[in-house]
Amino acid sequence: MKNKYSVFSLIKNALSQHENWQQAWGNPEPKKEYDTIIVGGGGHGLATAYYLAKKHNLKNIAVLEKGWIGGGNTGRNTTIIRSNYLWDASAGLYDHALKLWENLSQELNYNVMFSQRGVMNLAHNLQDVRDLKRRTHANRLNGIDAVWLNTEEVKKFCPIINTSPDIRYPVLGGTLQRRAGTARHDAVAWGYARGASEMGVDIIQNCEVKGIKRNGDRVKGLETTKGFIKTNKIGVVAAGHSSVIANMAGLKLPLESKPLQALVSEPVKPIIDTVVMSNAVHAYVSQSDKGELVIGAGTDSYVSYTQRGSHNIVEETLKAILELYPIFSRMKMLRQWGGIVDICPDASPIISKTNIKGLYFNCGWGTGGFKATPGSGDLFAHTIANDEPHKLNAAFNLNRFVSGDLVDEHGAAAVAH
Amino acid sequence: MFLINCPFCGERDQSEFSSGGEAHIVRPKQPTELSDDEWAEYLFMRKNIKGIQFERWNHVHGCRKWFNVVRDTSNDKILSVYKMGEKPPVNYK
Repeated sequence: MKNKYSVFSLIKNALSQHENWQQAWGNPEPKKEYDTIIVGGGGHGLATAYYLAKKHNLKNIAVLEKGWIGGGNTGRNTTIIRSNYLWDASAGLYDHALKLWENLSQELNYNVMFSQRGVMNLAHNLQDVRDLKRRTHANRLNGIDAVWLNTEEVKKFCPIINTSPDIRYPVLGGTLQRRAGTARHDAVAWGYARGASEMGVDIIQNCEVKGIKRNGDRVKGLETTKGFIKTNKIGVVAAGHSSVIANMAGLKLPLESKPLQALVSEPVKPIIDTVVMSNAVHAYVSQSDKGELVIGAGTDSYVSYTQRGSHNIVEETLKAILELYPIFSRMKMLRQWGGIVDICPDASPIISKTNIKGLYFNCGWGTGGFKATPGSGDLFAHTIANDEPHKLNAAFNLNRFVSGDLVDEHGAAAVAH
Repeated sequence: MFLINCPFCGERDQSEFSSGGEAHIVRPKQPTELSDDEWAEYLFMRKNIKGIQFERWNHVHGCRKWFNVVRDTSNDKILSVYKMGEKPPVNYK
């Protein structure tokens, strides 16, 4: 790496008032032709380009981003990372990602601030208890760390939770995945962008795809706001806008795009050193390194591309937060935003070839894509490079909606992500 | 967040309604004749339009009746509301 970040480079640049840091990634104009084009410069897209160059030795790759890199859902999520999914296919996929997370800062020479602070999922009724216990057993059979905590253990692990039996939805226990945690979302996009750019990937920002040109059943290139770009392999990683891109190729996807909101509070001293999620009362919370509480919950029920979301969702989320953490009752919320998430009927992603040659889709991550970023990029790169899925993403093909072989993680996962 | 003009109750807050997704998906007349591809199309594939979309809503915390809405999903503006069984307005494509 040309400009390796280290304590020495930090000292060296401190001596020159930090004015001589080199640009972390290039800002090229698009070439006339690329071997592979990735549509979407979020975490997943940049990771895909990175692994295409790194592991599959492909050259002449471009990433097209209509805005700025990491400005979509990568910069809008609540940064939770975990792999405690119920079904074998999901466990394989998400734990593959988690294993990559564990070494990602070293791999990218970029601090993604991956923090294995644990993720706890709470149970509030007997069915929750049964479901979550079943999930811990399934996780352990798949080699994923998971433990069941009773109410006292939950209280001990996170003392600010209200475990009184008098609340509307009393805490009856919870599961804990200690290897789970959080990471700095922007850094993930920037780290992959820097790594990919270093290997010659062209990252082209402010370049929106307007159309897909086909030659029979094969892709020929992309119409963009920066002109026509020729290519014979297109990997689409456009999250909420996947259906819009699919439409350009005359494809329909089993997706609905909905706003998912998050909000952060004013910064306070460290108060919660883990991530706590609850499905029954539906809210999740963690604390950023700046001290803000990072809070999220469910999506709006309707299709929308507005990146706002409804006020009543915020109200319900905060009600849930206050019931579980009365200590937060006087916290002020600083910012609220929405991202557009593409949800599959079975709440599992699609990393797949299509019936158009050279057109690949990585979408349907719904409310929980951030956690999978490295794994998603790695497996999508494999799928594009070999024109065949890796065994870890074989189950996540588009054809499952025809065959009926769904990976039904609705409710089986921890619903909220 | 927006207001929806229920054809039976008048203008109410969106939180009183539940979204029923894309409208005018016709239930197969002869389900036994359908191929797997046709089932997938009917059950799962959605237009998921960014722009003007025809959709169903239910006034679940009100009259509990279903009706159709034409809405621009890029800005949540509602352009038209019409009852179940009525023909969709032709001036929107």
